[in-house]
Amino acid sequence: MEYLDLHAHMVSRTTDDYRAMALTGCVAVTEPAFWAGYDRPGVEAFVDYFNRLVDFEPQRAAQYGIAHFTWMCLNPKEAEDRELTRRVLDVIPSYLERPNVLGIGEIGLNRVTRNELAGFKDHVDLAMEHDQLIHVHTPHLEDKWKGTKVIVDTLAADQRITPRRVMVDHAEEHTVEMILADGFWAGLTLYPVTKVGPSRAIDIIEIHGPERICVASACDWGESRPTAIPEFVLEMRRRGHPDSLIRKVVYDNPIELLSQSPKFGLPDREASVAWG
Amino acid sequence: MEPHASASPLSQSEFVDRYFMEHRVQVLELAAFLDRLDRARELDAEDDFRLRSLREALAILVDGGGTRVQRVQMTFSDRDTTPLPSLDRQSARGAYDPER
Repeated sequence: MEYLDLHAHMVSRTTDDYRAMALTGCVAVTEPAFWAGYDRPGVEAFVDYFNRLVDFEPQRAAQYGIAHFTWMCLNPKEAEDRELTRRVLDVIPSYLERPNVLGIGEIGLNRVTRNELAGFKDHVDLAMEHDQLIHVHTPHLEDKWKGTKVIVDTLAADQRITPRRVMVDHAEEHTVEMILADGFWAGLTLYPVTKVGPSRAIDIIEIHGPERICVASACDWGESRPTAIPEFVLEMRRRGHPDSLIRKVVYDNPIELLSQSPKFGLPDREASVAWG
Repeated sequence: MEPHASASPLSQSEFVDRYFMEHRVQVLELAAFLDRLDRARELDAEDDFRLRSLREALAILVDGGGTRVQRVQMTFSDRDTTPLPSLDRQSARGAYDPER
């Protein structure tokens, strides 16, 4: 079954992973800017990273017929440094016109500090100034509920924001309802141990329905599965769900969300004569 | 928000037939982990905040109530939405420590 992976940090993955994703039906990935596993030394490191997201990764993905899109930001794990945040915010607008940049993300919170929240609001302002879609990271583990609540309350109170243009990602059982209730999209990231696996993601879809819910691998430099979505598809079938419902979650829903950006589109495979 | 009306397509019997074995082993893994703690070289974490949360979570599993997974999630969660004045550490630890 064809699918889109809405959250894949392909800079951390090998070309073999692109191949595995293509072989299992992946037609597009979107890659939010994220933490490298260590704090970057300065704004120049972000420029180098952003250049890779808009130049090298789309070319690498195209070799396997996968469309590559990206989101720009300084991630919340590095937002404690307000001066660095301001310097990175200054360079982001020059990337927003690039053809594969869909919006601002993955912004959000990590440990839910005052500076993280200030940086989150700075990025929301930037997105509003440039009419961008927003992709939001919610915190991990014991910080998930409080961070999601602060994020959702902040966004819901902002009259400039259209909730259907915002994806709030890494939702779990105790946060998905508050995300959906305010009209935002909810992302379920199929990640070993620390987030939700296919079985619990399916529980959430059975309970809340498939509207405004997407799944993604969130594959990165940690232990993660670039083919998590086909594993989800397999488990959905094992649980007795029809392909029409599965296709809605892994293909139609992400297209509905991303098509709000005029830059989003999928390759016309019927017309293609060559890739890359 | 009203819960979605759709139930699982599988019957209880179908769930048990298809999924019993993989959940049986998860219970055994958890039992073995608790036994392993008892056999540890030093009993120095009896009151660890993570183990306290785990014991609370285990009680939820057998209390007969519904929405178990949401209640277990909240057992592990920090419910104070006041932002921290500054970053204390980079990563979460899996359970809320009220004495952090």
